[in-house]
Amino acid sequence: MREPLVTEQLSSWGRVHRAPHAVVRPNWRDELPAAATAAAAHPGGALAVGLCRSYGDSGLNPNGAAIAMARLDRVQAFDPATGVLRAEAGLSLDALIRLALPHGWFPPVVPGTKFVTLGGAIANDVHGKNHHRAGTFGRHVRRLGLLRTDGSLHEVGPEDETGLFAATVGGLGLTGLIAWAEIQLAPVSGARLDSEDIAFGGLDDFFQLSAESEATHAYTVAWVDCVAGGRALGRGVFSRANPSTDPDRTLHGAPRLSVPGPAPAGLLNPVTLKAFNAVYYAVKALRAARRKVHYDSFFFPLDAIGDWNRLYGRAGFHQYQCVAPQSVARDAAAALLAQIARSGQGSFLAVLKTFGAIPSPGLLSFPMKGVTLALDFPNRGAATLNLLARLDAVVREAGGRLYPAKDGRIDKAMFQAGYPRLPEFTRHVDPGLSSGFWRRVAA
Amino acid sequence: MTEGLVVILGATSAMAEALARLHAAEGASLLLAGRRGDRLEAIAADLRARGARDVATAALDLAAEADPAHQLAAWAQGRPVAAIYLLYGVLGDQGRAEADLDHAREILEVDFTSAALWCLGAANLIEGQGRGSLVVAGSVAGDRGRQSNYVYGAAKAGLGVLVQGIAHRLALRGSGARAVLVKPGFVDTPMTDHMTKGGPLWAKPEAIARILRRAADRGGPVIYAPAFWRAIMLIIRLIPAPIFHGRRL
Repeated sequence: MREPLVTEQLSSWGRVHRAPHAVVRPNWRDELPAAATAAAAHPGGALAVGLCRSYGDSGLNPNGAAIAMARLDRVQAFDPATGVLRAEAGLSLDALIRLALPHGWFPPVVPGTKFVTLGGAIANDVHGKNHHRAGTFGRHVRRLGLLRTDGSLHEVGPEDETGLFAATVGGLGLTGLIAWAEIQLAPVSGARLDSEDIAFGGLDDFFQLSAESEATHAYTVAWVDCVAGGRALGRGVFSRANPSTDPDRTLHGAPRLSVPGPAPAGLLNPVTLKAFNAVYYAVKALRAARRKVHYDSFFFPLDAIGDWNRLYGRAGFHQYQCVAPQSVARDAAAALLAQIARSGQGSFLAVLKTFGAIPSPGLLSFPMKGVTLALDFPNRGAATLNLLARLDAVVREAGGRLYPAKDGRIDKAMFQAGYPRLPEFTRHVDPGLSSGFWRRVAA
Repeated sequence: MTEGLVVILGATSAMAEALARLHAAEGASLLLAGRRGDRLEAIAADLRARGARDVATAALDLAAEADPAHQLAAWAQGRPVAAIYLLYGVLGDQGRAEADLDHAREILEVDFTSAALWCLGAANLIEGQGRGSLVVAGSVAGDRGRQSNYVYGAAKAGLGVLVQGIAHRLALRGSGARAVLVKPGFVDTPMTDHMTKGGPLWAKPEAIARILRRAADRGGPVIYAPAFWRAIMLIIRLIPAPIFHGRRL
């Protein structure tokens, strides 16, 4: 392991936040304490980083130190009889699937990409299309090892009474370095799901489909056309699935397409967006059908295109994900979509899903029972930020909140309003650690 | 690749670990040798989870082993050996090697003398069993002596010629065994962490591992990793000395 720290440019997935970091890259878990000490000594504090898939600055520590964890990716124990796996926190879900699926196990919760580390999945308490059945990722963590910058090592699990576990799950890496984690995987027959796509004409249809599907399907999500206004507001395609009993366990392959460099500015613009959406909706409406699909295309469609974030060009994009509580879900969703449609800005990948009632274990966990909307906005500077501020107002009015894993611009008041357990969380923050996001919302 | 034990000498290096994972995914039986027993065990646990049939570890100083042939036979325990990879070495510090001849000796003994003895022992073993591959990590640094790393380069150059000779011997005598020299260029591993990295010339350990893996099955006797280094080093070798000597390479 090299000393001293070497300066590297780290970027958020949205590519809006790019900054130099003093990086230390431990290769072995016995190097982690020294790495943590060296990094925490930096005047800008330190933060553990994984595969850098956070869209904003919650996973960055601009001008500070970073502890790159991706080389700490070794499995320590895996029991194919029980599905309990313990590994260094740098193990990616991609690698985990490759080693577990042949034995009939799969991660219990997966986000939209498999290129996240265990540490990242826990620190963001990620959720997936099965939130209404399985809750968040943190619910399946049996215990984890947390290294703090004072050198202390804490092994904690859900029964922990100090509050450190609850602070660490969804804690954005601020309570310490997650060195290893033990998780309970979910049993599966094979690599496929029985899925069904159903086109719908508006929000009422969406909510009805969700309510029905949550009883019968393990996985539900909808793509919504965020450009369509007026009577077509909230039209989209609903996708639902159950694990197939097909025993075939063919694994996913590597991405075959890749975006080699930043795309020309304006490739993804209102004209192409409108055209794309119209075609996508029409095609899906025609095809609305039941199909058996591979987990890779159902859960991780974007992973098929390596570095797809480059399609947004040099300026990058802002990802915005919010949740509105059940009681006002329909009206909040309509208000958000109306704002977006009016603005003419918008993304190809607007996702709408209802969350279930299963409580999340983290003090700063994002999901709540209600509806969540996630989308990308090409970064057009002030115009984009103004739109996001208008969306914030809708979310705040509804009593909802934003998802830190996606965020790079939320202001302090908005964040504090959405996360009432923030004062409790703050007690567990490791003074040697910091992030761009934390400096913005907690100063 | 046929069944048999896969032996990795220098198993804690980044390339070696990536290579071991490829074998694990194939359900191989592995023997990992290196200095740090605790790190070897960490790798072994990971490989078992990734599908290795069985993994044994041997903690020893490969450079200090007096009788490599005997040690290899002891590890094999009568089982056929499918492949022996020699992946250990020290980069050393060129400046220090010039001033402190003990450091130069260390580089030469670790990277050439001890490695050569392991290669000869391995060659005897695989020739005797009539099958198996010896795959050795050389380096492009061995293609021409350059002022920036010629002690390391000399060791790798010498090792390269030795492996070429073994490859010739095994082929000529029709033993069924083979030897391959794989020459990586710049690889992003802990060994090179003190250098400025990045750019198209830098390879990931996983990419080199795939080339090493393939080398155990076919190809060679000399493989550049990645292949574009063959062209680069050809040019480097052809630059006339008067011009080369004026450059800080």
